[in-house]
Amino acid sequence: MDLLFKIFIDPFLQMGAMPDLLVQTLWEGLVSGVLYALIALGFVLIFKASGVFNFAQGIMVVFAGLTLVGLHEKGVPAWLAVLLTLGVMLALAVAVERVVLRPLVNQPDIILFMATFGLTYVLIGIGEFIFGGEPKQMITEELGLPRGAIDVAMLGGRVTFQKIDIAAAVIASIMIAALAVFFQYTRIGRALRAVADSHKAALSVGISLNQIWAIVWFAAGIVALITGIMWGARSDVSFALQTIALKALPVLILGGFTSIPGAIVGGLIIGIGEKLAEFYWGPLVGGGIENWIAYVIALGFLMVRPQGLFGDKIIERI
Amino acid sequence: MNAMNHSEFRQDIAPGDTLLAVDNVTLRFGGVKAITDVSFDIRKGEVRAIIGPNGAGKTSMLNVINGFYHPQEGRITYRGQTRSKMRPHVAASQGIARTFQNVALFKGMTTLDNIMVGRTLKMRTPFFWHLFRHGPAMREEIEHRKFVEEIIDFLEIEHIRKVPVGKLPYGLQKRVELGRALAMQPELLLLDEPMAGMNLEEKEDMCRFILDTKEQYGTTIALIEHDMGVVMDLSDRVVVLEYGQKIADGTPDEVKKNQKVIDAYLGVAH
Repeated sequence: MDLLFKIFIDPFLQMGAMPDLLVQTLWEGLVSGVLYALIALGFVLIFKASGVFNFAQGIMVVFAGLTLVGLHEKGVPAWLAVLLTLGVMLALAVAVERVVLRPLVNQPDIILFMATFGLTYVLIGIGEFIFGGEPKQMITEELGLPRGAIDVAMLGGRVTFQKIDIAAAVIASIMIAALAVFFQYTRIGRALRAVADSHKAALSVGISLNQIWAIVWFAAGIVALITGIMWGARSDVSFALQTIALKALPVLILGGFTSIPGAIVGGLIIGIGEKLAEFYWGPLVGGGIENWIAYVIALGFLMVRPQGLFGDKIIERI
Repeated sequence: MNAMNHSEFRQDIAPGDTLLAVDNVTLRFGGVKAITDVSFDIRKGEVRAIIGPNGAGKTSMLNVINGFYHPQEGRITYRGQTRSKMRPHVAASQGIARTFQNVALFKGMTTLDNIMVGRTLKMRTPFFWHLFRHGPAMREEIEHRKFVEEIIDFLEIEHIRKVPVGKLPYGLQKRVELGRALAMQPELLLLDEPMAGMNLEEKEDMCRFILDTKEQYGTTIALIEHDMGVVMDLSDRVVVLEYGQKIADGTPDEVKKNQKVIDAYLGVAH
């Protein structure tokens, strides 16, 4: 009885008793949710265009971040370093299309998936070779990102908003909105969905797979760079960051692998759910549930809606 | 069908002239010869059938024509231009559209979207506008949508406009696939077994659509088909393949009387 009380009633009493803490928790959940959404977005882009789960997305984030910081260390001004990094991501997209994807046209998805595994380790190798394995500080200040925090008095307490978090949320939201519209409603968006559905048919109507893939990988590269900057600013830029790729999985399962709005909603649910669970229910099991609760939520979802909240309906005629 | 009448094709090839010529084409997969030294031509405005027993190399021939396969020997001349290697999307941009034997549609997308994809090549607005889905991009979208609606009318598939094609019965899927090919306003339309797996009524409908396509838009059509009744009714000229080699070429009547063709189809006592 006592346990049931602690699970079902007590947390809500706490929320009511200290609304400022609830707001703080929700805000932190929101910020990490937006960042999860950003990572998930990188996956969705590539999944939509090639039906492949790009395992290398996580390392692309690290690679973009390292390139940016590395260039700056060499004395390149911050804004130029951003442009150059974008150039590197474009070159990477073209190279991936040329070397990895083109020889594998019309191969089963699992082959392409394995190819992205290979790509991951190639990128890790190149990254360590050029930039070394040491964690680096993100050049937050040089990029003009705000620092410090705003304290707001509300609901009988104080809520702290980190300025970098606000910036991250705003930038990520703009980015997500722009990409969502672009890929959902335009000619290129339609071509993209077509490519994902059938390579053969897409070719026969005159869509160039090479071009579409390069565009998509470049878009994923841009998303990776922004993700790298934002996550890097909150911790540091190191190879450990690539494991956030795994955090994107529950987000994708929740939102649907093929849906950009799904990535956003999924990200927010996971982000906020994680923080709330950690803060209010965590003490029951001694804390630390933030690391696995996302997967539990995703697992529950899989049983009810395997295509995710907004994913394409799975249609099969027998 | 106003939009279709002022088609964008260069009119330099008159009806009856050679639109596409296949010269001594040989296609090998490793040691297997799929096509051996085959030559024939397709004239503008005609319905050209390619027939033959299973495994004769008909689909391979179609794949060669639209660039999915590259023959080891021989030449393909399209609109007077000889080409060696050509990618399928380039073939598409030069006005060659096709349908597939086992229907290749975008199953998760609606009928409307599937046919809209066929317009991809005709859309010209720069990338930039698409970012905002505004201005020229929006106008263009509306214009093409109108065109697509005309095709939907033509093929009598209004009732399934918003249905994901994966849910449709096979006969209708084939019709949507034809619609997508027509959306490209092709000069040469390749149909790989357009009537396969259809019942009599669906076959009759499909025949009517093929003939109407030829009449209304002057599209040249090359088709592979197993139903001999259909082939003989529809086509102006027939080329017959067997074991990758050409064994006959001519009008349906000529081909029907050809002893080699009769042997190939009925078997021969050795």
